[in-house]
Amino acid sequence: MASLRTTSRLFAASRPMFRPAFARTYATVEPTPSENPKMKTFKVYRWNPDQPSEKPQMASYDLDLNKTGPMMLDALIRIKNELDPTLTFRRSCREGICGSCAMNIDGVNTLACLCRIPTDTKSESRIYPLPHTYVVKDLVPDLTHFYKQYKSIKPYLQRDTPTEDGLEFRQSPEDRKKLDGLYECILCACCSTSCPSYWWNSEEYLGPAILLQSFRWLADSRDEKTLERKAALDNSMSVYRCHTILNCTRTCPKGLNPGRAIAEVKKMLAV
Amino acid sequence: MRSTMMRSPIAVGLGQNIQKRQVTSSPNTEDPNQILVQQRLRRPVAPHLSIYKPQITWIGSSLHRITGCALSGSLYLWATAYLASPAFGWHLESATMVASFGALPVAAKVLLKSTLALPFTYHSINGIRHLVWDTGRALTNPAIIKTGWAVVGLSVASAVGLALI
Repeated sequence: MASLRTTSRLFAASRPMFRPAFARTYATVEPTPSENPKMKTFKVYRWNPDQPSEKPQMASYDLDLNKTGPMMLDALIRIKNELDPTLTFRRSCREGICGSCAMNIDGVNTLACLCRIPTDTKSESRIYPLPHTYVVKDLVPDLTHFYKQYKSIKPYLQRDTPTEDGLEFRQSPEDRKKLDGLYECILCACCSTSCPSYWWNSEEYLGPAILLQSFRWLADSRDEKTLERKAALDNSMSVYRCHTILNCTRTCPKGLNPGRAIAEVKKMLAV
Repeated sequence: MRSTMMRSPIAVGLGQNIQKRQVTSSPNTEDPNQILVQQRLRRPVAPHLSIYKPQITWIGSSLHRITGCALSGSLYLWATAYLASPAFGWHLESATMVASFGALPVAAKVLLKSTLALPFTYHSINGIRHLVWDTGRALTNPAIIKTGWAVVGLSVASAVGLALI
C-alpha cells in the first residue's frame, strides 16, 4: 500500500489512469486469497459521528487467516489496510502494555493485541467497543469519565514527613511485595466496562479498575494519607456498589484481580 | 504554478517577491467545543447485556438478585394478604392451606414445592459464598468458577431433596 501511495503522489495529475483497480475499493472480502484459504468472517460494530442519525451497524469482513497474523489486532489492522480504511480503532504498542486496543471480542472484554483469533473458521468473530461506554466512532469509546474518576482518587504518593537522611522514601521488600498484582494495571478499562454494576452506576461508582488503584495507594507503606483516602471512599456509592459479581477478575487481560482488591478495600473500611 | 517557480529567485533577488499561499482549507468559524458538545449529545451507548458472554460470574449474580427479590417479594405479598384476609373473608389459615395443598395431585405438589425450594436454596447457599468472599477468601478465577458451579449443583440437589420430603 505504502509504495502505491508514493507512486500515485508522483503521478498526481494522472492519478485515475494509473491507479490499479484493487487499490482503494471498499470491497469487504479478501482481495487476493491464497491457495487453500482459511476464510473467517469478522463482524465489527460500526458507527460514524458524521452520520449521527444512522443507527450503529455490524459490518462484515472476510479475511484469509493464512495471510493474517495470529492476533485480533492483526485482523483489525488488515481490515483497515486492505478492506476498509474507514474502520476506526485505537491501538499502539501491540504487546499489551498500553491498553489502547481494549474492546469486547466474542463477548468478553480484552485487549485485541493479546487475543488470539479463534482458528475455527466456521464461527464468526464479533467485535464491539467496550460495553456501555459512549461511542466516539466505531470501536473507540469515550473514556473521559473513567480518567476523571482515576484523577479523583489522587493516584500519587501523598506524604508530609521527609525521610531522616533526606534520601528517597524506602520500603522493605515485604512492603514492596504488597504492591505486586496492583502496580501492573495499565488502566485499559476492560474490567470496569465488564462490570454490570458499573454499567448502571458509572456516574458515582468508581468501578474495579479505579478501586484497584485506590487499594494500590492504600496498601503502599510510604503513603501517609491512608485515613483521608479511606474517608473519601466511605460512602454508599464509591465502593459499595460492588456486589462481588467478579466479571472484573474474570476478564482482566493482564491476569490481575480487581475483585480481591475491592474485597481488601472493604475490609480496610470495615475496621 | 511553473511560471511562479521560474520567476521567484529573480523576484527574491530584486526584492520584488510577494509570497502567496494557496488556500488548502476553508477557515472554520464554528466553535470546536460546540462540535464536541453536539457529538456528545448524539453518541450511542455501546451494547452491553445483550452481547456480553454468559458466564457463571454475572449470570450467577443476577440470579442471586432475582431470587432474593422474588423470595422477599412473595413473603411481603403473603404477609400482607394474611393481614388483610379477615377483612376480605379469605381463608389463609394454616389448616385451610394444608387441606387445599393436600388435595393437589402429586405432580403438582412436587412442582409447587420445587419452584419454592430452588430459589430459596440457591439464594441461601450463594449467600454463604458471598460471606466467604467478604473475608477475602476464594477470590481467584479458578475458585470463583468452581464455587459458582458447586452452588448451582448443591442448590438443585437440596431443592430436589426438599421437594421430595
